[in-house]
Amino acid sequence: MLTPVTDADGAPFWEYAARGELRVQACGDCGEPRFPPRPCCPHCQSFASKWRAVSGRGRIWSYVVPHPPLLPAYAEQAPYNVVVVELEDAPRIRLVGNVVGRAGDPLDSLDPGRLRIGARVRVVFAGGLPQWVLS
Amino acid sequence: MAAAGLKDATAVVGIGQTSFARHLPEDEKTLACRAVLAALDDAGIAPGEVDALASYTMEETDEVELAKAVGFGDLTFFSKVGYGGGGSCATVAHLAAAIASGQASVGVAWRSRKRGSGPRPWTNTTVQLPTPAQWTRPFGLLRPADEIAMLARRYMHEYGATRDHLFNVALACRNRANQNPAAVMYERPLTREMYMTARWISEPLCLFDNCLETDGALACVVVGRERARDCRQRPVYVHSAAQGLPAQHHGMVNYWNDDPLTGPAWSTARQLWKHADLTPDDVDVAQIYDAFTALVPLSLEGYGFCGRGEGGAFTEGGAIEIGGRLPLNTSGGGLSEAYVHGFNLITEGVKQLRGTSTAQVPGAATCLVTAGEGVPTSALLLRN
Repeated sequence: MLTPVTDADGAPFWEYAARGELRVQACGDCGEPRFPPRPCCPHCQSFASKWRAVSGRGRIWSYVVPHPPLLPAYAEQAPYNVVVVELEDAPRIRLVGNVVGRAGDPLDSLDPGRLRIGARVRVVFAGGLPQWVLS
Repeated sequence: MAAAGLKDATAVVGIGQTSFARHLPEDEKTLACRAVLAALDDAGIAPGEVDALASYTMEETDEVELAKAVGFGDLTFFSKVGYGGGGSCATVAHLAAAIASGQASVGVAWRSRKRGSGPRPWTNTTVQLPTPAQWTRPFGLLRPADEIAMLARRYMHEYGATRDHLFNVALACRNRANQNPAAVMYERPLTREMYMTARWISEPLCLFDNCLETDGALACVVVGRERARDCRQRPVYVHSAAQGLPAQHHGMVNYWNDDPLTGPAWSTARQLWKHADLTPDDVDVAQIYDAFTALVPLSLEGYGFCGRGEGGAFTEGGAIEIGGRLPLNTSGGGLSEAYVHGFNLITEGVKQLRGTSTAQVPGAATCLVTAGEGVPTSALLLRN
């Protein structure tokens, strides 16, 4: 399985995730959240930023079900789901992830037939990665 | 004084290509040389007269290798455009700008690629940039097909587009390929039954929603309007050309702005039509970048052939077949002729306006050619 190859902008997201916290970058001056993280605010050009805790609740914005050919570790679990989750408290922040049965379950642990655009999900964490469960 | 601009200042006067196949024995450099020399021969221009080059950043035959192999003269302009298939039309646009502004006089654009027998780029996990891959790849969103399928499902959900609409795109391309002996899928008809029962690649996209994997090379020659009149072939004028990287765009994973379903086609189209004497109603035939079927409805909307959300319905009733409102991808496109990062769409646009396509639209006088939607892109409006 691929682990996140982080950069200076993204590292805090993964540090918080490793502690079981979902936080998104927001401007330190105008407060506008932004994703993916980047050095300055596209709205006010401020270089000040903070990492704002979010509720971890969201809705499925879209999803796919990949089938092979895939990288071997993923092919073993295919078909699995990949979702884009729109965060309830910051709707333009959308996170790519997987909906699983329970925290720590494999990518193929949920029947893709149970997924719908608009379905409510909440974040859980396993191995430093956010995952999502149906709520 | 108003700038002279690009409008009809340059023309494509030569096109060349190798054969297309899943596997060709020669290497990319050799294929590039063959396509470029074929295009120059088509134009009746000697290699020593070439002074400008343009290609893609993903092109692996560099200018030095090509120039010394085929015997170009002194080059005074050379550029490479990024973002994979988004750069196709921009290669011609850069040559047109260089020639119109006097930096060069004979330009060659090309693409040579062994994507059929060579590696799939997404399998190389070491060259992926950390952003945005850190936000997508650990979760198994690995391939361009997965990234575009995510937008496709949202598009189908918001606008009621269906798999039948995507099939219409796949079928139109396949039907044209069945008329084109050079197409990889020349002798392979497609049926709705085949499409609806095909294996999934990334739901909601199936095998036939994905382009081919092809070895091949293509090239074209661009010169100024005056010179074009003396060439061997009927000139095909670059009427308008544009690139587009919209504000807050994120590439193929365009999930993080206010409106992910309006991509680079929209901003490219605004620039393209602003400098044209023509409107979408005047376009006789179009070559729309088709790495995935789902890019076509989005592009039809973006370039103004229909309203927002109407791209799926636009494909109904034979509208994109020969004789329809907008025949498209008349060589078979990336889905059924060859996938060479969209360069075959440029050469097919030229063939239509010469009247030499294997699926000729009678009297075609204007052709829109687009590069990859879903990445920073480009487009050409050609006329004869």
